[in-house]
Amino acid sequence: MTDTNIELNNTIYQRMKKIITLFVLSIAFGSTLLAQGKYFTRDGNISFFSETPVEDIEAHNKKATCVLDDETGTLEFAVLIKSFEFEKALMEEHFNENYMESNEYPKATFKGKILDYAGVRDSGFPPGVELKAQGTMMIHGVEKEITTTGYVTRDGENMQLKSSFVVKPEDYNIEIPNTVRDNIAKEIAVNVDAELKPLKK
Amino acid sequence: MRSLRSIFFIAVFAFSTPLLAQEGSLLDLLPEDDEPTEDFATAGFKTTRIINGQSFEMNAHGVLDFKISHRFGTVNSGAINAFGLDNALMRIGLDYGVTPWLNVGIGRSGGSVKYYDGFVKARILRQQTGKKNIPVHLLWVSDMAIDGNPVNNPELQPYLFSNRLYYTHQIIVGRKFSDGFSLQLMPSVVHRNFVPNKQTSNDVFVMGVGGRVKLTKRVALNAEYYYVLPNQLDPNVNYTNSLSIGFDIETGGHVFQLHFTNSRGMVENGFMTDTQGDWAAGDIRFGFNVSRVFTVYRPKD
Repeated sequence: MTDTNIELNNTIYQRMKKIITLFVLSIAFGSTLLAQGKYFTRDGNISFFSETPVEDIEAHNKKATCVLDDETGTLEFAVLIKSFEFEKALMEEHFNENYMESNEYPKATFKGKILDYAGVRDSGFPPGVELKAQGTMMIHGVEKEITTTGYVTRDGENMQLKSSFVVKPEDYNIEIPNTVRDNIAKEIAVNVDAELKPLKK
Repeated sequence: MRSLRSIFFIAVFAFSTPLLAQEGSLLDLLPEDDEPTEDFATAGFKTTRIINGQSFEMNAHGVLDFKISHRFGTVNSGAINAFGLDNALMRIGLDYGVTPWLNVGIGRSGGSVKYYDGFVKARILRQQTGKKNIPVHLLWVSDMAIDGNPVNNPELQPYLFSNRLYYTHQIIVGRKFSDGFSLQLMPSVVHRNFVPNKQTSNDVFVMGVGGRVKLTKRVALNAEYYYVLPNQLDPNVNYTNSLSIGFDIETGGHVFQLHFTNSRGMVENGFMTDTQGDWAAGDIRFGFNVSRVFTVYRPKD
């Protein structure tokens, strides 16, 4: 074996070492990196109200899942339709069976982004600043682009998200027969209130 | 060298794909929920009766169900009787959800025959997936009826009150197979305290089967059949097995059930052991049940 050969072998050995180290590092930290700067909850509150002269209907869901990416302001919500609780059992049954068809469409989701999030984050979430979120709402299997407003506040380690918006059943192909047309509002008010914790892995 | 470098790039690329994938769904970052949901099979029938008999559905806790039922005269009684519409037997009943798993009810049937009845209905198993996997609903129903008709036969005097009592016990095992199809079996025993002769048994074993096919979101087709095991009923009377077919129509707070049946009675002992109508001879009746529910008590979570 010549000296050059030994030198070459050494170089290869050094590089291999580097590669293996990088390889191990990427495995070890890959998953941690994923979770960095993310906030989440599994028990967010989503409620809705339908007000008509005939009847008021309200329902609450305390099991909404939400993840917010603090780096980018990207935001996702998911909620099980069957976890909405009504004051009357029959309303809940009809909501699931006849209107939302929750066996077929078990979830409602929102995937979007809080606009100008970085600016508000960097100035420490000053209170009372209304933010806009834009994204895709999916209800009853129908996707629709929406823009809504809301508030983000930081509460110690946690983040608080609040938003109110209006959903029209007809936009999501939710059929309301003539017999109950007067009982269900054309515009349903939805309130979202979620407290997110840092996501650690 | 080249090959090592390309391995390096492939490795980096392979491990950076999860970073790209997070753009797909942030929610995928969350670990599996360690608390699985309980997903109950609900609304296998529109109401707590299929037609005459009990379905595997229950009134929710705190819900009062007001039921009015009519069974008209037989269709083959001719135009002079408006094909049976002139002659109705009716029942008024109240059912109540005492707890999420227990219903009780009372009723009064009036017209040509008079009965009081009361029942207790308990759910033992509820069909569900998720946390627990239970493929069927299992219920127990016990029913008592009091015959309120005058007894004028002098040979039977003094007529004991206990002679007027009927008891029915039922197991309901059923499954909502899909949104559109539910089926249940109802092995039952009817006990009559008083029977007319020795050939007639006090205890009558009956096997019931009932089901529904949902036609639209608000309309379903129901059918119900009770098979009386042989050699139990009075051989001097032409008894038949109860067969009923009808529609459930739901309109928000009400469920209307419109049907044809060869039974007159609306209480278990009546339609199970005292059906005499013959479908083939047009000896059937039009009938309806109207169910209206009221939430009288709101259970706290």
